[in-house]
Amino acid sequence: MIYLDYTSTTPVRDEVLESFIKTTKNFWGNPSSIHKLGLISENLLTMARGQMKDLIDAKNYEVIFTGSATEASNLAIKGICFQNATRGKHIITTLVEHPSVFNTFKQLESEGYEVTFLQVDKDGRINVEDLEKSLRDDTILVSIMYVNNEIGTIMPIEEIGEILSKFPKIAYHVDIVQALGRLPVRLADMQIDLATLSAHKIYGLKGSGALFIKKGLMLKPQQIGGSQEFNLRAGTVDVPSCVALAKAMRLIIEDIDENYKYVKRLNIQLRKILSNYQQIVINSPIENCSPFIINCSLRGIKSETFVHAFEKSKIYFSTKSACSSKKNEPSRILRAIGLDEELSTNEIRFSLSHLTTSQEIITFENTLQEVIKELK
Amino acid sequence: MLYDRILVKYGELTLKGKNKASFINQTIRTIKEKCKKFEKLEYINNFERFYIILNGEDYEKVTEALNNVFGLHSYSLTAKCESNLEAIKDLAKKVVETEIKVKTTFKVETNRVDKNFPMTSLEVSKVVASHVLKNSPHLIVNVRNPEITLKVEIRSNGTYIMTKEIIGLGGLPVGMDGKGILMLSGGIDSPVAGFFIQKRGVSIDMLHFSSPPYTSDRSKQKVFDLTEKLAKYAPKNRIRVFNIPFTKLQKAIYDNCPESYNITIMRRMMYRIAEKVAKKNKAVIIINGENVGQVASQTLQSMYVINNVTSMPIIRPVATMDKIEIIKIAKKIETYDISIRPYEDCCTIFVPKHPVTKPELDKCIEYENNFDYEAYITECIENIEVIDVNAGNPPKIVSSSDIGSLF
Repeated sequence: MIYLDYTSTTPVRDEVLESFIKTTKNFWGNPSSIHKLGLISENLLTMARGQMKDLIDAKNYEVIFTGSATEASNLAIKGICFQNATRGKHIITTLVEHPSVFNTFKQLESEGYEVTFLQVDKDGRINVEDLEKSLRDDTILVSIMYVNNEIGTIMPIEEIGEILSKFPKIAYHVDIVQALGRLPVRLADMQIDLATLSAHKIYGLKGSGALFIKKGLMLKPQQIGGSQEFNLRAGTVDVPSCVALAKAMRLIIEDIDENYKYVKRLNIQLRKILSNYQQIVINSPIENCSPFIINCSLRGIKSETFVHAFEKSKIYFSTKSACSSKKNEPSRILRAIGLDEELSTNEIRFSLSHLTTSQEIITFENTLQEVIKELK
Repeated sequence: MLYDRILVKYGELTLKGKNKASFINQTIRTIKEKCKKFEKLEYINNFERFYIILNGEDYEKVTEALNNVFGLHSYSLTAKCESNLEAIKDLAKKVVETEIKVKTTFKVETNRVDKNFPMTSLEVSKVVASHVLKNSPHLIVNVRNPEITLKVEIRSNGTYIMTKEIIGLGGLPVGMDGKGILMLSGGIDSPVAGFFIQKRGVSIDMLHFSSPPYTSDRSKQKVFDLTEKLAKYAPKNRIRVFNIPFTKLQKAIYDNCPESYNITIMRRMMYRIAEKVAKKNKAVIIINGENVGQVASQTLQSMYVINNVTSMPIIRPVATMDKIEIIKIAKKIETYDISIRPYEDCCTIFVPKHPVTKPELDKCIEYENNFDYEAYITECIENIEVIDVNAGNPPKIVSSSDIGSLF
């Protein structure tokens, strides 16, 4: 099998799974129980949080464990909006966010919030001046993704943080799902207030995510019940998942520089191959783009057919982001960067990993030749 | 990297007479200990001034470490360039660009130590100010009362430029004046007392009383976590905790003395134990978080009666502070969130319905003669539990061997 869809999800690392299993077997106490078994689980939870904070410069943050990045983003966005509705109802995001953010903003819009959806340029990046101009007295939230999950574009997260630092009443939420473990993430340094991440994108388990919240920031809880997770996310905490997430984060961040350099080389190799075919248009920008993602459009070939044509050789990649690929309509992101309907509809996305080998890319190239011939 | 070194200024310890050198040496030792993890640092000791040469280490992380050192009045991030006008202008502009992001009033102050430099201090200030002004939209000159003073120091080996002075913790270097025993209950006040006593240069050991099963492992964890927050000020980043198993003695008091005197007598027992632990560990004072008038055992009459069991000095750093002030400090030193965890400690169990607010000394002695408390005290001391708590790594109830490679 050749898997080129690491942006959709990643295989679990053995070490991470081992931590999960050990914690599940040996430390199954409820961290909220008052007895020693409970305290031990609470200890593990504290250690997991501490390690995660250390890894992304987040000493002054709380970590809320969630069931997914989607849940984390919902909590961040709605938590801020519902908490601050009396102060203002203007919120800002971009046209190219992941559905978990974009559709949450859409929902809020239908409930009376005023949303500014920032346009992006042909590379998929917002213009910082546009953001500055759209800030108002009643703006309460800005949510911008770090790395675009479809095309890999890196947003000017630090620059935005710098601008928003002059507006202490505006909360700054960043979806770091595709950046974590791939690009440098330093929450305090980047002046981020809220950050969403996911375990299964960093060789951790599915069903596990987290929201980092700068201390002192008030959110309205979106799930009501017990007082777990600082009263922000009721429900018995899944300690094994939390421990596994902390471990996955450590392992991926430890090798971040090495992996980046390695994947950058694979990226160049793959780009070169793809650019040999006039049927393939590469959409991911070369500059300020995550090397882990190469997004393309097909001319004269349906992306679905294309993906299926590779299946028999057990080569897997995506048509578009897994979270929006069920519908056969143009990609919102590709439309936003100015592509026509055909190119926006026939989108394919390759995503790489430190697990990808150069040989796999060569095998892919051979299959690509055949497929293009066959589909002509 | 823009900044090349950090200039450290000492606090009131420079007012010391003959002992000044030993105060400064202790401060330097502490700085070096706190900065040990930054291997590339070099130090230059000028007696009145102390330079930390960064050699590429992250200045923010280094200043963070310096923020835990008592004895420092202030420190300034300093950039260095060659002593020629173009280089100075260029560096001044860079420093301003890095430091100043909002509208600010400023002036330039030049000190020409190297008199061979071809311009006067005033001339340099003028040229640098106008260069910086031209290039920064945020600056307004104000020579009388500026928010920021850009200091330019021209020396023969190079020119140093610095802007803001970061105010340090002040106080005296910890470890200068012997050791004390801090009675740490788990409440809000005693950690703050621990912060203040360290500020005066006193090293501390912690004394905690636990009464299982009335108190739980969680309240012990609380004590570890509180100690961890205070350990970062200790010279070796470590504070020792003495945990006294207090249940039997507390029960004996309950069984043998009138209920209204329970707390008074319990406190007297605690002082007796504290004195014994202190003497055994070369400590000469007892410190606690008592606050005049806060609870029944902290009325003046109570303090008098309770204090009567020992002649060892008892320092109460927060005695006269308002609760609001104490909470403010507790939040600053990050102990507040830990202190408000809702677990029972030995002072919240066996609490009488109507504690005596004006206890009498004679009565205390009379009630204490009802039982052989010395034997209980000896037992407490014999079964003392000793735990060393390191900054950054509070001990956990779960043992590290159990955790193995989980993380």
